[in-house]
Amino acid sequence: MIRLKDVEKEYDNGTYALRGISLTIEDGEFVFLVGPSGSGKSTLIKLLTGEILPSSGRVIVNGFSLTKISDRQIPLLRRSIGVIFQDFRLIGKKTVYENLSFAMRAVGSSPRTIRTRIPYVLKLVGLEEKADQYPHELSGGEQQRVAIARALVNNPMTIIADEPTGNLDPARSLEIMRLLNRINELGTTVVIVTHERDLVNRFRKRVVLLENGLITGDGIGYDAK
Amino acid sequence: MKHDFGYFIREGVGNLFSHGFMSFAAIGITVACLLIMGTFSLVAYNAEMLLRTLESEYEILAFVDDSFDEEQTKKVGEDIAKLPNVKNVVFITREEAMEAFENRSLDDYMRRNILPEMFRDRYAVYVSDLNQVRRTASNIENVKGVGKGNVRVDEDIAGGFIMVRNVAGAVSIALVAILLVVSVFIISNTIRLTTFDRRDEIAIMKMVGATNAFIRWPFVYEGFLLGFLSASIAFGLQWLVYVTVVKSIASADTLQFLRAVPFADIWKPVALSFGGAGIVIGVGGSLTAIRKFLQV
Repeated sequence: MIRLKDVEKEYDNGTYALRGISLTIEDGEFVFLVGPSGSGKSTLIKLLTGEILPSSGRVIVNGFSLTKISDRQIPLLRRSIGVIFQDFRLIGKKTVYENLSFAMRAVGSSPRTIRTRIPYVLKLVGLEEKADQYPHELSGGEQQRVAIARALVNNPMTIIADEPTGNLDPARSLEIMRLLNRINELGTTVVIVTHERDLVNRFRKRVVLLENGLITGDGIGYDAK
Repeated sequence: MKHDFGYFIREGVGNLFSHGFMSFAAIGITVACLLIMGTFSLVAYNAEMLLRTLESEYEILAFVDDSFDEEQTKKVGEDIAKLPNVKNVVFITREEAMEAFENRSLDDYMRRNILPEMFRDRYAVYVSDLNQVRRTASNIENVKGVGKGNVRVDEDIAGGFIMVRNVAGAVSIALVAILLVVSVFIISNTIRLTTFDRRDEIAIMKMVGATNAFIRWPFVYEGFLLGFLSASIAFGLQWLVYVTVVKSIASADTLQFLRAVPFADIWKPVALSFGGAGIVIGVGGSLTAIRKFLQV
């Protein structure tokens, strides 16, 4: 569960990114976070992953209170979240399989767990045939699916996707959204930051609109705000 | 989470080879630093050993006034023994002195023509600290029954060694400090290159929730390996250099009095210091390089 209460974030240079937002996302929800550039979306994502701390207010993510989280707990928080980026962020010199095993190694999974988990996740994202290929041999949509697989591989409670379709054509974008929807149906909370209105409207899901550091809309569908 | 030694060491070795040339350069410079440190320390050590031998053999001769009787002569010995820096006093009669002189030298002609009267009773005085020989000698001169001009000191031999020891000692301490810093800096830079090379991987590891320790270990092993390899190579070279130098000293006629400590007697402390210094340099270098990754 994600819970924000009166959260403000002021950067050292004086810019106010968040001006007091309160938001609750229950376990198993599927939420679009939309808003123009500079509205505070990225700041919100960074708050949720523990990259930055709020200036005031309370942030609780999957049971971790981020206002008083210790350095030792931050890795544990991050294990409960799978993050997906617009630019995929795969390791170019590792194969698909190695990219996933790398992420599992990093959190101390045993070789046996790695061997059984990776084929399962690859099948889920439809890439079981591509395990031994390198990222540059794959299309953009496939690379993003590898990134989704990597986000899933450590079995997180929440997936946070930051503009996951920003680099993809509409057909691939839809594919990725459907995949994320499917993952949500399997029980994982999914939060997607995007500004693709058409895509958002294809799914009848909760949309949170952020403008100028404030939540200005919260309801089903982009236009429902 | 258990310490996945195999994984970390594999990653560390991989890092080592990913910047083969820099690793090679870092090892080269560290070896050079260790060799320079080692050589000066060994010179200082040998000089110290020679000085100790010299100190135990070194004697000041104090000649006793001819007119003194046995009782008075004994008193002279006691007075000398009371002086500071005097470790031991041995009385040598003129007959003994003559005998020693005969054994040491000379042809039959001289031997036949020496008379005990040409020698005088004397005290051989052994000191604890060669640095203070001059002052001790002048103190002995002031003892009643000895007097000015009746003390013989070989200052030059001692003086030369004291200088070698002091200079080599000071130089090796200064070098150890400077070269340690230089080596740590070089290794740190090599590892910083690897971390730069791997910044994407590091970012991903942090993103998926790897602990700092997990991220750090491969680099620590890389540094450890760099240091350890350097130490091993430097030790081998030091051995070679030392044995060669000792051999050439032993075969040089003019340097016969230099008795170098055989390498077999000192290889353990040398290996330990090289290994220790290498590991300190290597691990120190890697910790310096990855300090910034310790922040979340």
